[in-house]
Amino acid sequence: MADITQELPIAAETPPPRTHGLVGWLRVNLFNSVFNTILTLLALYFLAVTIPPVIRWALVDAIWSAPNGQACRGAMGQEGGACWAFIGEKLRFILFGRFPYAQQWRPLLVVVIFVALILASCDRRLWGRRLVLLWLAGLAAVGVLMWGGVFGLSYVDTLLWSGLPLTLIFAVVGVAFAFPFGILLALGRRSRLPAVRAISVGYIELVRGVPLITVLFMASVMLPLFLPTGFTIDKLLRAQVAFILFAAAYLAEVIRGGLQAIPQGQIEAADALGLGYWQRTRLIVLPQALAMVIPPLVNTFIGTFKDTSLVIIIGLFDLLGTVNAALADANWQGFYVEAYVVVAAIYWSFCFFMSRYSQMLEREFSKGRQR
Amino acid sequence: MAENEAPDAGTPMIEMRHVHKWYGDFHALTDINLEVRKGERVVVCGPSGSGKSTMIRCINRLEEHQQGQIIVAGIELTSDLKNIEATRREVGMVFQQFNLFPHLTVLQNLTLAPIWVRKLPKNEADEIARSYLERVRIPEQADKYPGQLSGGQQQRVAIARSLCMKPEIMLFDEPTSALDPEMIKEVLDVMVELAQEGMTMVCVTHEMGFARTVADTMVFMDRGEIVERGSPQEFFANPKSERTRLFLSQILAH
Repeated sequence: MADITQELPIAAETPPPRTHGLVGWLRVNLFNSVFNTILTLLALYFLAVTIPPVIRWALVDAIWSAPNGQACRGAMGQEGGACWAFIGEKLRFILFGRFPYAQQWRPLLVVVIFVALILASCDRRLWGRRLVLLWLAGLAAVGVLMWGGVFGLSYVDTLLWSGLPLTLIFAVVGVAFAFPFGILLALGRRSRLPAVRAISVGYIELVRGVPLITVLFMASVMLPLFLPTGFTIDKLLRAQVAFILFAAAYLAEVIRGGLQAIPQGQIEAADALGLGYWQRTRLIVLPQALAMVIPPLVNTFIGTFKDTSLVIIIGLFDLLGTVNAALADANWQGFYVEAYVVVAAIYWSFCFFMSRYSQMLEREFSKGRQR
Repeated sequence: MAENEAPDAGTPMIEMRHVHKWYGDFHALTDINLEVRKGERVVVCGPSGSGKSTMIRCINRLEEHQQGQIIVAGIELTSDLKNIEATRREVGMVFQQFNLFPHLTVLQNLTLAPIWVRKLPKNEADEIARSYLERVRIPEQADKYPGQLSGGQQQRVAIARSLCMKPEIMLFDEPTSALDPEMIKEVLDVMVELAQEGMTMVCVTHEMGFARTVADTMVFMDRGEIVERGSPQEFFANPKSERTRLFLSQILAH
């Protein structure tokens, strides 16, 4: 015992290396071992090789205006730059497609409404009944603007709806209906009633087991064959329903994961207080289950958003469809890279927003949880 | 010993007659007969796995019995959902693991059932909730989340949550077993107060001091049976059965 308390002389030590400030940060994060130093240098080399050519292509050597594709190509140097003139010429078509040209302020307004609704959903103060009403009003306005036929707006057939508004409608309406349907399927799969459980399991497994493309094909090609002659369902509606049915099966499984993570004690406590099944589900189970599965839920939403591009297969012109149509113009041939860069940027900005939004939700829901 | 007066004047609140329950082949409850009168305090003890929790959970049908009769506050428990929900409104339950709702504040935990089940207006439910928080001595925690409270505080919130429904009967399923020793007393104090106010209580607990103070009737269970019952004086001084004696010697040894 004695030698533990014995006083030892304290050796003089050099201070530890700096860990803050720019130099400190670099040392800790990039050059803290031989291996990491090599990795850092390799990464720098890679960036030095790739970034300048991209900048040269996109900005320095780019052609910003030209009457047609030939002129654009002629104006480029040997290296070749981006022909943004193509985008300038075709952007309106890419965004709004075959919607009557003079009426294209309507789909533009639709996009603005969607973006406004999405931004409004970020404001916690609006959450609740007001936000639901806001969305319903917004969707009604979208319907009026796209269809027309009232308030002096000319009627526009759904076959002419195209571009970004179509993509947004598919995604938003799809998620809005698939989400509650998915919740019901997930609850059904965990139901005590054998028939309800069997139907839910059967539905989920069937839909998850087939590719979306076949569902879309069935909806657009096979379904009309079974319907009595003279009885038709709008092609757009059929595709939208196919989407909802498909997305719901995926969402159901994500939500089921959350339901299974709820401790039995929560359910017993709700039962013991006399809450009925639906009260218990709505007030106790779902709020906790959904908060737990935000990351995979948003993952599924993003997937659904991008899956909308598959409607091209049944002849609907969503954002990707209008781009392909624009590329087919004989005057402007071969500008694939420019076109797809722009479309990718549009898709990316929506998906990135969703991902940020989900992070905000996670923070919001974890408030007060940590001890 | 005023609180240990025989309460046989009261009307029966819980009647269990020849109740049996099996989990698969395992006979969890064997021929349980128990009557609890209004205002009576029953403490149930016994070794782990003896069926105490199962029995108490049958009273509000968190567990289903397969044979026999259970009548709670005049309503017989059958598979009829209406009867079950009616019974649960009159029977409060406190769990070993508290089971507070972590996504709701303390106040919201307390007002949830009064608002949704009793259909009280929100401000009235708030008022009742705050008065019960006062009684369990944590009025200042109303706006915190359960995860921010200590175990003892959480259990007191759980008791208050049950009381907000103004139940006729309170069931306690090992309410102090998950608590650190220094927090047990604050929860027991609340329970003693409740007993002194005349609440009908059935408590599964190993706290023999508490049992001596408040119990009118002690029930000892082993292997799914009620082995012995009696007044606490009888029960602790001269237990009749060998199994009770063994259990008491083990639990009171230290």
